[in-house]
Parts: sequence; structure tokens; C-alpha cells
Amino acid sequence: MIDVIVDLIAASLRIGTPLLLAALGELITERSGVLNLGIEGIMYASAFSGIAAASYSGSLWIGLLVAVITGLVAGLLLAFLTVTLGVNQHVAGLGLTLFLISVSNTINRILFTADGGQVRVEPWKSIGFGGPIFDQYLFTYGTLLIGVPFVWWLVWRSGLGLRIRAVGENPEAADVAGIHVARTRYQAILIGTVFMSLAGAFITLAYVGQFTINIINGRGWVALALVIFGRWNVGRCIAGAALFSLVNAGQLQLRLVPAFADVPFELLLALPYLAVIIGLAISGRNVPYPSSYLKPYRRL
Amino acid sequence: MLRSATPWWRGPLLIAIAAVATFVVTAALIRWAGGNPVAAYRYMFINPLQSKFGITESVLAATPLVFTGVAVALAFRAGYWNIGAEGQLLAGTIGATWFGLHAEDLPKVVAVPGVLLAGAICGALWALVPALLRSRLGIDEVVTTLLLNPVALLVITGLLNGPWRNSATGFPDSDVVAESVMMPIVWPGSRVHFGLVAGGLLALGCWWYVGRMAGGLRLRAVGLAPGAARIAGLEVERTLLVTALSSGAIAGVGGASEIAGVAHQLTIGISSGFGYTGVIVATLAALNFVGGIAVALLLGVINVGSFSASRALSIPSTMGEVVQSVLLITVVAALVINRFKIVWKSVDK
Amino acid sequence: MNNGPTSSIWLKEIRKAYGATVALDGVTLGIRPGEVHALLGENGAGKTTLMKTLFGLTQPDSGQIEVDGVPTVISTPRDARAVGIGMVTQHFSLVKTMTVAENLALANTRLIRVDIEGARKTAQSANERFGLDVPADSIVSELPVALQQRVEILKALAAGCRYLILDEPTAVLGPRDVDALLEVVRMLRDEESMAVVLISHKMKEIERVADRVSVLRRGSVVASTEAKGMTSKELVALMVGAESQREPAARRATSAHGKVVLRIVGVETAKEIGGLSGVSFEVRSGEILGIAGVSGNGQTDLVELLSGTLQPSSGSIEIDGKKVDPPRPAALMAAGMGMLGEDRHASAVHQLPVVENLVLDQLGSFTKWGQLNRRSMSSRCEDAIKQFEIKATSEQALGTLSGGNMQKVLLARLFGRSPKVAVVSQPTRGLDVASTWYVRSLISAARDKGTGVVLVSEDLDEVLELSDRVAVMYRGKIVAIVDAADATRERIGELMAGVAN
Repeated sequence: MIDVIVDLIAASLRIGTPLLLAALGELITERSGVLNLGIEGIMYASAFSGIAAASYSGSLWIGLLVAVITGLVAGLLLAFLTVTLGVNQHVAGLGLTLFLISVSNTINRILFTADGGQVRVEPWKSIGFGGPIFDQYLFTYGTLLIGVPFVWWLVWRSGLGLRIRAVGENPEAADVAGIHVARTRYQAILIGTVFMSLAGAFITLAYVGQFTINIINGRGWVALALVIFGRWNVGRCIAGAALFSLVNAGQLQLRLVPAFADVPFELLLALPYLAVIIGLAISGRNVPYPSSYLKPYRRL
Repeated sequence: MLRSATPWWRGPLLIAIAAVATFVVTAALIRWAGGNPVAAYRYMFINPLQSKFGITESVLAATPLVFTGVAVALAFRAGYWNIGAEGQLLAGTIGATWFGLHAEDLPKVVAVPGVLLAGAICGALWALVPALLRSRLGIDEVVTTLLLNPVALLVITGLLNGPWRNSATGFPDSDVVAESVMMPIVWPGSRVHFGLVAGGLLALGCWWYVGRMAGGLRLRAVGLAPGAARIAGLEVERTLLVTALSSGAIAGVGGASEIAGVAHQLTIGISSGFGYTGVIVATLAALNFVGGIAVALLLGVINVGSFSASRALSIPSTMGEVVQSVLLITVVAALVINRFKIVWKSVDK
Repeated sequence: MNNGPTSSIWLKEIRKAYGATVALDGVTLGIRPGEVHALLGENGAGKTTLMKTLFGLTQPDSGQIEVDGVPTVISTPRDARAVGIGMVTQHFSLVKTMTVAENLALANTRLIRVDIEGARKTAQSANERFGLDVPADSIVSELPVALQQRVEILKALAAGCRYLILDEPTAVLGPRDVDALLEVVRMLRDEESMAVVLISHKMKEIERVADRVSVLRRGSVVASTEAKGMTSKELVALMVGAESQREPAARRATSAHGKVVLRIVGVETAKEIGGLSGVSFEVRSGEILGIAGVSGNGQTDLVELLSGTLQPSSGSIEIDGKKVDPPRPAALMAAGMGMLGEDRHASAVHQLPVVENLVLDQLGSFTKWGQLNRRSMSSRCEDAIKQFEIKATSEQALGTLSGGNMQKVLLARLFGRSPKVAVVSQPTRGLDVASTWYVRSLISAARDKGTGVVLVSEDLDEVLELSDRVAVMYRGKIVAIVDAADATRERIGELMAGVAN
């Protein structure tokens, strides 16, 4: 019994890492009042570009770097569209996602799979400290020990975080106080995309070791839901990510239980998504969106 | 600052610039793929129009896009951000398949409307939960509709690996549906089926509804200014709910149309992102329904063209999707630049 | 009418127009240190606009600002702060979800460090020095309004301002908080030699603390003198002007009113500061009851109450003898209540054409088998355009109409239904002279046809011109209801300013 729980927790940590990373990135972005629906596409493109670069250079670290750069470029594009031009954020983000996915698939075809091959690398291994729970990837340790405190400090303690929150709640007041609203939103978006690209890179460079079509499989959208569920708080986001990952890891285990052997495994796979929707239904009422959410700031 | 008066030529000019920008951006990618961009574009845009086969295949490819484009445009017009048209379409395919597998004894004149109705009902049901969450609890529909997309695919996979596994081959695709359900071909000598007519009728119906019916005016008011609509006594939440369900139903019919019209069986790859492309269609058509038909046809041409381009020039067939998404981004940027004067001067430091 | 070359800040010939409306017509004013300078005037006189140009929130069309004799361009609040000008606006510029310290630190953030400690220390020392009592770590939204205002003052002080502008600071304060605030103002003047500009209507408070008074009327300075020796009556007279020569719009010669169409009894709304307490009045068919009062004395609550968006904690609303319970928007509308909100842009769907906006609140009457009867809509719209002299075509988008014409459309919508009761709030705000006159005559005409009108307006002229009876609101209560014949400017002005008789 204990073994099952331990395995569950260990698996949850792995599954939850990219979700938490992406959610933290989106949290920072949305705190400034911008919705980034490009999250799925950025994870996808970073996952691909990371492994492609790693494959060509022979170094996983270079792959990671390229993945982050991909995220930054995508972030710049989104920021330009939504902040500078003021394009509808739903359309801009979704368009970005569709673009990034199709470009990644195309380049994948050009570089790797034209001959039926598939890009593969020797992924990062997990680092063990004894026992399954403490046998995690560097990414996971990094996310929990460095990423989470960093984001918390950034949003709640740093000067930039103060500006981001001010812009998200009351851009007019921020403007009066001398804060550059557009620049702050750019910064929030770019930092967010760095996290999203790390999330994507984790999946190909560590978790799986190869790139397949549909590799992100909606995890970006789940991260989006986690941010709302988490009410833009780091702690609650972690809770939401933990919940989702546990359900996800759980359904994997559940299949091994004889009583559930007949349940189609697709239904179990769907459980985590449904859990998120139920979670939103229960706690999502009258959620305190940042007051300037979705509103482009235009000085009249 | 909102531009109060735009000269008539600025809009089309900016769109033309957007198109050119699209070409330039994708040309780089095409060249990397080892193809000649000009040749590739010729394949994508001109080639399909040069043969009857090309034209009809383009129209066939456009058919599901008409449904999803209309569904998304209807929802967006009301301010309901339905990004779940993909899942709603898939739900429609499920309903249509179920109906199709049990409809052997029905006369065609009953079976065809029946299968489309089955698609509509399933699509609406798939849209129900997010719609209720939004109208009753005020929960953002973007995330809820999005999350149900992969769930729909999982349901299909489960069905195809399980009870609907092909009885003859054992592969995960369903049995072929009853002949009575298969929709007639409307363009002799091609695969263009009645679904196109159905889609066109739905587009016209939405155009009529939104423009001429009281409910349509309510929808438009709620989408443009929900506060003012409330002040005028309109029931905003009920309008959103009805619109969301209708949007889902239309996407569902699109799924049924794919099953009954061309695929005739359910497969895992039944939808190649039709629901998401619907957002592109709706946006490029500026949320117009009749315009959406034209845009769907354009995207259909691009789809067919990029497939032949990929065969002739050895460039990946996904290039068509790249062109579509880049076009979306450039056009949407152009439309905004047209409406607002972008203040480029840097604000105070 | 200026204060001489020894002034430390001198606004010279400031002109500002919004489209056709002239807000400031060549205003020249001086502000000296160590002095509390009261800026007096009715709503729309230009006081806030003038101070906004000084604080960099808006730019004058022409004119010059001199600080210590040096011509200075102030294009943003940052520029203003740099020369020592600080302002507390009527609607605070605070981020409500953050703490006081964080709000203070906003103007001085660096990339990594945010000097919360420094902000706390600033708050601490200011608290001690000025007796402000602001808790540095509380979240702004949890503070009472009076304390929120203190935070705004603190922000200005922390930025090192020498000239502090307070825009209607006591509008949102209870009597004890007003005392405390005036203490602070005195201290700033006496111990810091600060110049404090106090924009206000409240005579009593001006009497208590002002050294100098400047009166603005319709964008010009009509007086600028030492406060000592001026009585309230004289100030009010300056503020509202002598009896105007203009002929008021047709006032009803006889008081032939009908039955009671609206009865409000003992209505209270629960609110910390402001809100209504014990409000009761009646409106008869064919009469206009004007609600006069300085902005912020409960009128907004009253309008929200009558529109159904604010529910009373006690009391009742009766329309045409029938109690409406609970008084929600749909029920009130069904009972015969119509409303013209104070923000026409919030009631207008700008992108839709005039004809569709016009019928939006009664689609049922224009629908046949679910389909819009375009012909009847069109003819209704044409009638309205003709009847109300709306300069627009029915197919024009409402947002392209001028303010006056947009207002006419909304009024056509309101009165087209022949409501029993019509609540009209700030109907001519921001309109040019011609539209203003027209709108007022529309309201009179509706009254003549039998509608009972509640006219809520900050424009005293308007209230006096149109009303058959005038109710004055002060601090959430109706302090008097006066017949038109007895409603002189002076009397109403005094009641508005809380000057007891």
C-alpha cells in the first residue's frame, strides 16, 4: 500500500513539473492583465526546438537554451500583437498556438521525419537521493526549489512584481505613478514565456526523450485552468497542479487494479481533464480576475 | 485613439499588405524545405482551381470548415469565446456514427436529416456544461471549452478501441455506417456531398437570424455591450446560454456531415483540427456568416493545394496550416491597425 | 484678478476646450506657499480641469504655468511631482488590492528591489509628524475611505510636494473625519509652509480653514480674494451668479398635477459612508421633481435605487400605488419606470445603428413571429428623429453621433414608452448649449404629457429651470423639498452646501 502511494507521489512530481512551470509563467503574465492563449503552442514549439537543437549540437543544454529563445521570440510576437497593437487576446493567442504548432510540425518533417525517422536524444536522467520520491529530474528539483520561490519573490516582493500587479489591477493609477504600462506588460509576457518554454523543453529533453506529434496534448490548456483555479496565487496553483497530477498519476495506477481493468483506459485518461473542470466549477465562481484582464491599455 | 473615419481604401490595402507579409514569412520556410516559394504558392492557390478534381476536392475540404466557421462566428458575435468547436464537432461525429450504425432500416429521406440531427444534439450536449458554468456561475468559458476538446478525442479513441472496433478488420475504426445515412453527392462526378448544402443553409440561417430576428439583435447587443444590453432589460445570461448551445449544435452537424458525407466511418483522425481552423475562418471573415463560406472555400483550396505542393515539391503538407495561421495573425493585426491609430511615440519614461 | 508676481505658482491664461465645450476660458490664478487656497465653483465650472492641467493629467490648449517664475511644461504627473506638485483626485489613484506601503512604493520601484522598508519608514514618520495614523501594512480596499484618502495624501507628501491639491476631499467624509482632515491641512500650512489648494463646495469647511478664496464660474475666475471677511452668502452668490437673464424653459403656469405615480418611503441603503438614510418623497403625474445637491451626497445611490441596481435595506418603492418588491430592474421597468442613466456611453451600444438602439428595450413590440418588423422599427425611428430633431439617420451607428444627439436617442427611447415615472440623471452633462436647451425642453414636454419625472442633476440652473418642486440632498438625506416659487438660487445653494437656516 505504502509503495503504491510512494509511487503515486513520485509520478505526480514528474507529471506536475511541466504543468507547474507553465502555470507559473501564465500566472505572471495574467497578473499584468494579459491572457496568453499561446501557451500550448509555446510549449509545443519549445519542446520541438529544444530537442532539435540538442540533437544537432549533441548537447542537451544547448537544446534548453534554444527552447528558451524560442519562447522569448514567441512572447515578443504575442506582446506586440496584444499590448502594442491591442489585438483581441483570444484570437492572437490561439493564432500563435496554431502557428507555432504547424511550424514545428513542418520543420520536424523537413529535418527529421521526411525519411520516416524521428528525432531522439538521450534525455536527462533523474537524479536519485534514495527512494522513488527523491528520484526526480533536475528540472523537478529546480522547479520546486528554485522556480517556485523565485516566482513568489518576483510577484510579491520584487519591484517588477509590484509594477506588474499594479498594471494588472489599475493601469491608470500605475500610469499616474509613472509606471510604463506597456513595458511592464511586455516584461510579464516574456518572463511568462520563459517558464512555458522550460515546461515544453522538460517534456522532450527529460521526460520522453523524443518528439512526437501532439506531444503536449492539451497540457497548456490545463496549465491555463490551473492559473484560474489557483486564483493567481502561487500556493493555490501548486495545490491545483498537485491535484491534477495526482489524479493523472492515479489513473495510471488505477489501471493496474483488477477491479478497474475493464474500465476503458481512455476514460481514465480523461479523468484529469474532467477533474479540472469540476474543480473550476466548485471554486471558480466570482474569481477575482485582475481588473484590467483582457483590456488593452490605451491612453486617451 | 479610435479612428473615426477610415478612408475606404485603407482596409483593403492593409489586408493586401497582410497577405504579402504572409507570403514573405512562409517563403522563408518553404525555401528551407527545399522548395521554390513561387511554385509552392502556385500549387497552393492556383493549381487546385485548374481542374475539376481540384475544385471539387477544395470544396469538399471546405465543407467542415463552413460549419465550424459559422459555429465560432455565432458564438464570438455574442461575446462567448467558444474555443471548443473541435470537441463539439467530434461529439457530433460520435452521435452520427451511433445513428448511422443503427439506421439500416430507415428510408433515406428520414435517415439523412436524422443523422444530422443526431450530430446537432450531441454537439449541443458537449457545449452544455461550459455554457451552464458561464451563464449560471460566471465561469470563464475559454478554459472549459478548451479542456473538453481532448476529452472528446479520448471518448472516440475509447469507443474505437472498444465497442466500435471494426468487426471485420479489427482496426480501431468503426464499421461503415448504414447506406441510408450516406448523404447524396450534390456535384456529380465528385465527392462533394449534401453536407455542403447543409452548411451553406446553416450559414444563411445564421445570417438571417442575427440580422433579422429579434433574438439576433439581442445576441449582437449582448456581444457588443453587455452592460448597455442589461440596462435595456435584455437577459444577458440566457442569450449566452442559447448561443453557446446553438454554436455547439452547428459544430456537431459539421461532424455528422463528415461522417455521413465522406468518411462514412469513424476514425481517430476524423478531424484535422476543424474546430480550431473554424476560429481562423470566423476571424478572417470578420465574424460574417456569408463571408465565412468564402473564407472556408479559400482555406479548402489552400488545404488541397498544399497537399499537391507537398507531393510535387517535397515540402511538408503541414505548410498549408502554416500559411493559414500566419494569414490569421497578419490579417488580424491589419484590421486592428485600421481601426485604431497606433501611438508609436514612446510614452514618458 | 490675479495674485501678483510674488506667487510661487502662477497659472496664466489657461484655456482648455473639449470639442465645442469650453472648460477653461483663460484662467489666471496664483498659488502661494504657506496658504490654504480654496477653489470654489459649481460642478462644471472648471475647477477640476484646471487642477488637472497643473498636475499633468491633461494638457491646456494654450496658456502657461510658471513655477517660481520659471515657465514650466507639465505633461505628466511625473513632471508635476518633479516641481513639487501633488494631487489627491476625487477618485483615488490607488491599487486597491495592494497594501498601503506597496502603493507608496509604486512611484519608486526599481527592477529588483522594492523599497517596502523605506515606504514603511516614510509612512511611520509621516504618521508621527502629521498625526495621520495610516497603517502601512493594511490592504487598501480594507481601509475606510477616510484612511484611503490619507494614503493618497501620504503619497504626495512622500514625493516631497510643496503644493498639495485636494479635489473635493470632504465629499466622501463624515463630520469627524472632516475635522481630522482640516487639522492636517492646517498643520501642513503652518508647520510645513505648504501651499494647499482645496477644491470644494462646502462653505463651512472653507470658512474654517481657507486663507484665500478663488471662485470659478463657467471656466473663468470671477473672484479671488482673502477669505477673511467673506460670508457664506457672499460666496454662494459668487458661485451661482446673479439671477440669470435667460428665460427658463416653459415652466408650468398652474400646478395641475395628477395622482401620485412614485412614492418612496423611508428608504435606507446600507453603506459605510454615504448611502441613503430615511429618504421619502412623492412624485405626481405631470410634475418634475428636481433633486439638487452637490455631487456625492447620495444622488448616485438614489438613481441606482430607482433603477433597481441597488437594493434598499429598508423602506419601500411604490409605482402608481403598487408596491414593487423586490425593486429589481425588470420589475421596476414592468411597473412603468424608465431611466436615463448619467453615463450615456454605458447605455449605448455604439456599434449598432440608431434604429436598433432605439427599440432595444421593447423588442417585443417590434417582433412578429420572432422576426424584427423593420418597417415599424424604421417608422418609429423616423418619427423619433423628426420629433426630437435628432441629427442622424436611422442606420447610422450610435457611436458616431454627437453627445447631444446620442442623448436625444436615449431620451426618445425612454419617453417613447410613455412611462409613468421617468428618472433622468445628469441629462445635459457634457452637452453643448443648443443640445442642452433641447434636452430640457424634451423633459418638460414629457412632463406635460403626464409622466412624473425625477430629475437628478448637479447643474443647479437646470434643476431650477425645469422643476416644479426641488428636493435638496445633503449627506444622504433629503433636507428640504421646496416649491418652485420658493426655490431661489440662494436658498437652494445654501441648503446644498449644508448651511443651516
